[in-house]
Amino acid sequence: MKPVFEKFKTGLYKTRITLFCKLKDVISRGKKFNQEFIENIEEILIESDIGIETTMYLMDELKEQYRKNKNFDTSTVLGIIKKKLKEIMMECNTPEISERKQEKPYVILVVGVNGTGKTTTIGKLAYKYKKEGKSVLLSAADTFRAAAVEQLDIWRKRAGADIVKTKYGADPASVAYDSLQAAISRNIDVLIIDTAGRLHTKVNLMEELKKIKRILKKIKPSAPDETLLVLDAVTGQNSLTQAKEFNDAIGIDGIVLTKLDGTAKGGIIVPILKELKIPVKYVGMGEKVTDLALFDSETFINALICD
Amino acid sequence: MFDELTKKLEYTFQKLKGHGKINEKNISEALREVRRTLLEADVNYKVAKDFIEAVKNKSLGKEVLRSITPAQQVIKIFNEELVDLLGGTVSRLKDSSVPPTKIMVAGLQGSGKTTFCAKLSLFLSKKGKKSLLASSDIYRPAAKNQLEVLGNSINTFVYPYDKEGAVEIAVGAVEEAKNRGYDVVILDTAGRLHINSEMMDEVVEIKNAINPNEILFVADGMTGQDAVNSAKAFLERLDFTGIVLTKLDGDAKGGAALSIRAVTGRPIKFISIGEKVDAIDIFHPDRMASRILGMGDIITLVEKAEEAVDREKALKLEKKLRKEEFTLEDFYDQLQQIKRMGPIENLIEMIPGVRGLKFKDIRENGDELKKTEAIINSMTPEERRKPKIINGSRRLRIARGSGTSVQDVNRLLKQFSQMQKMIKGLSRFGFGKVFKQFGF
Ligand SMILES: Nc1nc2c(ncn2[C@@H]2O[C@H](COP(=O)(O)OP(=O)(O)OP(=O)(O)O)[C@@H](O)[C@H]2O)c(=O)[nH]1
Ligand SMILES: Nc1nc2c(ncn2[C@@H]2O[C@H](COP(=O)(O)OP(=O)(O)O)[C@@H](O)[C@H]2O)c(=O)[nH]1
Ligand SMILES: [Mg+2]
Ligand SMILES: [Mg+2]
Repeated sequence: MKPVFEKFKTGLYKTRITLFCKLKDVISRGKKFNQEFIENIEEILIESDIGIETTMYLMDELKEQYRKNKNFDTSTVLGIIKKKLKEIMMECNTPEISERKQEKPYVILVVGVNGTGKTTTIGKLAYKYKKEGKSVLLSAADTFRAAAVEQLDIWRKRAGADIVKTKYGADPASVAYDSLQAAISRNIDVLIIDTAGRLHTKVNLMEELKKIKRILKKIKPSAPDETLLVLDAVTGQNSLTQAKEFNDAIGIDGIVLTKLDGTAKGGIIVPILKELKIPVKYVGMGEKVTDLALFDSETFINALICD
Repeated sequence: MFDELTKKLEYTFQKLKGHGKINEKNISEALREVRRTLLEADVNYKVAKDFIEAVKNKSLGKEVLRSITPAQQVIKIFNEELVDLLGGTVSRLKDSSVPPTKIMVAGLQGSGKTTFCAKLSLFLSKKGKKSLLASSDIYRPAAKNQLEVLGNSINTFVYPYDKEGAVEIAVGAVEEAKNRGYDVVILDTAGRLHINSEMMDEVVEIKNAINPNEILFVADGMTGQDAVNSAKAFLERLDFTGIVLTKLDGDAKGGAALSIRAVTGRPIKFISIGEKVDAIDIFHPDRMASRILGMGDIITLVEKAEEAVDREKALKLEKKLRKEEFTLEDFYDQLQQIKRMGPIENLIEMIPGVRGLKFKDIRENGDELKKTEAIINSMTPEERRKPKIINGSRRLRIARGSGTSVQDVNRLLKQFSQMQKMIKGLSRFGFGKVFKQFGF
């Protein structure tokens, strides 16, 4: 069967990549590896949000090659940067988490800070699984944010999935518990749990997530079978802290990088991969049910520094 | 941390001993450190570069004051310039001569617009102004519903409609506000990408239809390098009049503030510091500057403390913080007052470097607070002043006396010593000077 989501090689993203390539531009203008050239490269790297450390790492590599090679050709710069980035990203190649191997229901817990696109991603995921012929149940465990349940309910309809919901202010862990029980009794294939956005700095809210996880395990020891952290590509260096803290608190199996349909490049996932070795599983590229794609590091790197 | 930057700069200057004046040679390495700090705070590359270049020229040739080190001098200059660039003073909302004052809110998806609309309404109502809320977001699922729920929670009327275009809703809402005699109408709009031309056209149409007195661009305080792109595009199309920065209750440094301000020249008017409707504050450039440079928002902290406790006590606390004389007794005293100060996590997080302490939410976790009180109560006055003398047998006695465990006592002492360390770090920079500089 053809996968519902292709690796993100098409669409807006690709257009944006090929439209204008700053790096190529800099390289074609700068034949000498001088201060100005170095600064221009540095600027492109920093502006992709990969962070100062990764930038320095890459710049050091370039300088090293320059030192070693008397006839250093600036046109090799693009290749060197790409190669190094690939090395970093390959260190944690996405292990295909297989939904089939697991005992039913396959439980996905979706977490992240406020407004990154959790609920939207859940709508897209539900659509994907439905298209694959699976039965999907959504759990409205964001009982805090105004109209969060109604929002999820609309996505449920778009995807053609089912939903378990309660009233606002209810304990999210108990909603999660109820929905897992419902999923089991209804013989559902995939259960996806929406959670309220929370900053990783709020200790009690992070405790709440731990509780959700504990309670799920009571019914199904492998649950959540997959914990997804949703990161917004527009966010800068704070994403690294978010990934660390959420991972420390509940363990993250995969990252979803959203809003890549804008101009933000989401380079921060490079240091995240480097430090935490958490694979990026999906990318969000819009607000429609079909705007989700499997992550592909090649395309990502090309877009980061452009092909 | 500010303190970290100071330390790094101290080190840099140590290597270049004996300079009475800041010159090209001794400052360049220091500037690299400042630049790093700015980039780590998400300030845009070009913005940081221009800023450093401009400030460098101002610092060259400056005498280093005798009372402070060159490192402190450099930071002082940067801090002042940063405050200046961020807007100098607090910027207020414009009023319309004929009511209603029309305020329109716009920005990217998920930046916090809808929540901010409700916050602004509550903020205005505390100033005696009645506002009407309206949502022209016809795209995001349950967007209107979200605003209605928020509006109800603060007893604000939310303009009802069904199935109209965004422009008609906006016009209708203004009309309604006029007819019903509202002072202000706050219009929420759908989140949109600055490169989506149809959606950008729509928001311009809304603007042209209602001619707002204020257009506020709401940006996520955690935004990275892309902040300049979206801000520029929104400015170009909408010519917004002010900026709102959200989610500053987290630990992002908020360099986007500098980027957006620098590329648009518009004032930052409000900050959003939480999910609840009262989590809004007027923007203070000085506080943002220290946050970007890594000093945390100690001033807001002291101010909040002042709101809740009497001024005299706050001054005493400030003095103690300065003299590094903060004891367990003061800690206990603080706990008592903190109970009256509202969401403790917000306060604690304003203290730089304190986040790692894993403070439990004391407000919601009454048991923890009671435990802490009991433990401190079981100490002798001497132990409270000099926790260092609390050895194993004393710990056991305190645990027994307070009905807690030795682990509980250990945990409290550890928290406290971390807090003290953090306070020391602050004072090293010359707390007094910082406070004076900000008019304390
Ligand atoms: N352009 C774009 N917008 C997105 C994407 N994903 C989500 N959004 C939008 O971002 C906003 C926030 O999305 P939500 O799905 O509500 O985010 P959330 O993380 O569930 O938010 P909270 O539950 O409020 O913390 C909405 O306006 C979405 O339409 C994406 O990939 N691209
Ligand atoms: N922690 C925190 N969350 C916020 C803040 N402002 C808004 N939010 C949350 O961010 C998410 C998106 O906010 P919303 O107002 O719906 O954004 P909009 O899409 O721009 O209208 C919601 O979960 C809000 O509760 C803030 O200042 N701090
Ligand atoms: Mg949500
Ligand atoms: Mg909204």
